[in-house]
Amino acid sequence: MNNEKNVLDELKGKFGEDITETSEFAGDLTAAVRPSKWVEILNFLKIESKDKYDYMSDLCGVDHNDRNPRFDVVVHLMSTGNFKRVRIKTQVEEDEELDTLSEIWKTANWHEREAFDLLGIRFKDHPNLERILLPDDFLGHPLRKDYPLKAEESAKKQEELRAALKGEKVEADG
Amino acid sequence: MYLAIFITFVKIFIIFSGVMLTVAYLSLFERKWAGRIQVRYGPMRCGGLWGHGWLQPFADGLKLFIKEDIIPDEADAPLFVLSPIIILTIAIVTFTVVPFAPGFIVSDLNIGILFILSISSLGIYGIVMAGWSSNNKYSLLGGLRSAAQMLSYEIPLGLAVISGLMFAGSLSMVDITTVQSGSLFRIIPEWLLPRWIVFYQPVAFFIFLVCMLAETNRLPFDLPEAETELVAGFHVEYSGMKFSMFFMAEYANMILVSSVAVTLFLGGWNSPTFPLWLLMSLPVLLYALYKGIWRKFFTVVFLLGTGILLLEIFQDIRIPIFWFVIKVIIFLFWFIWVRWTYPRYRYDQLMHICWYWLLPLALINIIVTGFIKFLFM
Amino acid sequence: MVKVRELTLNMGPHHPATHGVLRIILLLNGETIEDSKPVIGYLHRGIEKIAENLSYHQFMPYTDRLDYLAAPSNNLGYVLAVEKLAGLEIPKRAQYIRIIITELTRIASHLVWIGTHALDLAAMTVFLYCFREREMILDLFEMYCGARLTTNTFRIGGVPYDLKDDFIKKTLEFTDYFPPCVDDYEKLLTKNRIWMKRTKEVGFLSREDAINYGVSGPTARGSGLDWDIRRDSPYSSYDEMKFHVPVYPEGDVYARYLVRMEEMRQANEIVKQAIKALEGSEGLLAENAPKKGLKKIKKAPEGEVYHAIEAPKGELGFYIHSKGDSNPYRLKIRAPSFVNLSSISTMIKGNLIADVVAVIGSIDIVLGEIDR
Repeated sequence: MNNEKNVLDELKGKFGEDITETSEFAGDLTAAVRPSKWVEILNFLKIESKDKYDYMSDLCGVDHNDRNPRFDVVVHLMSTGNFKRVRIKTQVEEDEELDTLSEIWKTANWHEREAFDLLGIRFKDHPNLERILLPDDFLGHPLRKDYPLKAEESAKKQEELRAALKGEKVEADG
Repeated sequence: MYLAIFITFVKIFIIFSGVMLTVAYLSLFERKWAGRIQVRYGPMRCGGLWGHGWLQPFADGLKLFIKEDIIPDEADAPLFVLSPIIILTIAIVTFTVVPFAPGFIVSDLNIGILFILSISSLGIYGIVMAGWSSNNKYSLLGGLRSAAQMLSYEIPLGLAVISGLMFAGSLSMVDITTVQSGSLFRIIPEWLLPRWIVFYQPVAFFIFLVCMLAETNRLPFDLPEAETELVAGFHVEYSGMKFSMFFMAEYANMILVSSVAVTLFLGGWNSPTFPLWLLMSLPVLLYALYKGIWRKFFTVVFLLGTGILLLEIFQDIRIPIFWFVIKVIIFLFWFIWVRWTYPRYRYDQLMHICWYWLLPLALINIIVTGFIKFLFM
Repeated sequence: MVKVRELTLNMGPHHPATHGVLRIILLLNGETIEDSKPVIGYLHRGIEKIAENLSYHQFMPYTDRLDYLAAPSNNLGYVLAVEKLAGLEIPKRAQYIRIIITELTRIASHLVWIGTHALDLAAMTVFLYCFREREMILDLFEMYCGARLTTNTFRIGGVPYDLKDDFIKKTLEFTDYFPPCVDDYEKLLTKNRIWMKRTKEVGFLSREDAINYGVSGPTARGSGLDWDIRRDSPYSSYDEMKFHVPVYPEGDVYARYLVRMEEMRQANEIVKQAIKALEGSEGLLAENAPKKGLKKIKKAPEGEVYHAIEAPKGELGFYIHSKGDSNPYRLKIRAPSFVNLSSISTMIKGNLIADVVAVIGSIDIVLGEIDR
């Protein structure tokens, strides 16, 4: 028990105020951090922490459309040395860009592309931030809470977005 | 003289229809034997009276015949249509010098083997033309690969043939066959081991076997038409009758190289001279071992065999033809067996085998053979 | 002057050897691959968005369709994540039943893998032998839950049905029949010169790259990463099973092949042990547990969990963010094939086109879970 706490304690000790919240639920350790220190904290966890968290299991986004900042970006890390896991998350506003992790973990490349594709979270300095699961000419970000679920409504939404895009273009040209 | 011409035409007709029928039924046997290796029956439905897929080749042929004839827009139409014609024609033309039985050969050229080697090389034109004229990256790659593969493997093939010819003393197919009757090494009695060139030249036989697979584009050397990598390679754009011509040509090539192997190494039409009663007991033994429809099959074989032996028809050629056909069938079975067992070689590994291993081996074989012949002269 | 241009070849979504609708754009120099770019998303069905609109119980059948060749193992991953969130205790008998079904699934998935991998490299007969054995496993599934492929085997809180006696008898027959079959496949492939030439030193992935790319499962164990979630973070009574985890350091296609062949044998052993353990556990609770579980989990507690299991393809993880309703607020499926596929560009660089097929076969991808 005491050993487990050390990762969150380690983080709090090193970064102090930048760790906005820590919790433990159902055996999972979670730490919420400030987006400005995103890369630094995760780099610390990979290289300098006691159990080196060198394996990134997952990176995903969560849409809280009733809250500002709107998005959560959640990263799950694991140490291949002692197999301990930790969850690090941060909050990102709708038009804000979060630093990319693809320099530190190559797997973050595809996960961030998926977060961008489905939720619209942008990552700064990402090598190829383009759509990965949806067709390239798809408009909008379907996993957001305000995007419709059903196919007919989605088709209508695509029409609307396309019209809006054309409208903007016409305005820009005319 | 007119009689001779008439007899030649009859021979051509018989050999041509025999080869075409064998090609058709070889496609059935491939599927049947492949099925048996893979724990399943092959085609079972299309059989008319007997069931078990005996009419399947005709059904397939009819299906391919009535299919729409598609020529892609961007393809080079004259070459596109010409390539299957070239391949099939060349595959069949070479059968004129194959010796089925004494006297039962369309034309006993005195340069028989050379004729076969040179004419079969022309088949490569057909493949390259097919690959090029389809206007498709995949078929281009397939055509180029196939051309390089077939050209490369012709060299060890030719060298293996040469070492065989050192014992035959002649390029004529009939002479090669007649040389192989008698006693092996002049000392081993005939009933023990026949005087076949395979016992004189086992290394050349082995090289010939490998080159046979490469020449006919069969697995493990079938990269030009590798389904899972190049999506059928050089014949990807072909459909209908033209596609079936490619396949008839492949099977005809298989039969051709098997016939050459049989003639050159396995004694052609010469029988292994063990007693005929021993041979006729084979269907009886198989009848006892198998059950069901096989028993009907073996009864038919037995009765047919006894009938042909008892009747006084075609006395000179029936036994030689029988042995020739049996040996060719053994080779065809081996082709099919190998295809469904082994994975496929990658292209560079394939070329590596030819140029690094087979070619030096064939050359060394010729030198050693010459040396030994000189010693025993 | 001769100008050398590179050729762009598209191994399109419609291809016999890409195991589903996967498209890889290859930049070739002759036949050597300079660069590659996998394009996915042809099978995207929006499963994660659907999950936000269904209750936890209603979402179970959707998890079958992720890795459709090993449906029960997806069920297990999802069910364990939800049970972790709700804090449910699963009775022992249910846990053993889950182990039996999941390990049979692992064998079935690996049989498809070896069959299709060998088929891609033109050893066509192995495919039919493997599917003969897979038929037996699918018959067992049908006996248990009524379905062969999309099984929906487990429920939140336990398992729906108990194992009948003839199921146990047939499973024991299968575990006796199976090891000689693996010997058969090994006889055809492992020491076959052509197979070794096609798979050795092809598709190399170093251990550092494997960790960096997030590769898991047999693909990572073939690169020397000694990690198996069943052994290192055990769940559902796997800590009571004794099994060996094969690890090979070479990092090529042949190493991954050896890992999976050994895993098939070990899964067989686990099934035998679980059946023996089953005899010692009580018979009642497996069938009552779902009802209790259902009563408890109308609404899940608020919080977030991540639970990963060792699926046949690698680390299958479910991240559930719950706000206290009966629907998950966000469900993220961490699919092993999605992450393993991202490493393919590194693996095929410098190899020939013919090797792409071997490498895709060796990482064992299923487009269902890549695209979700």
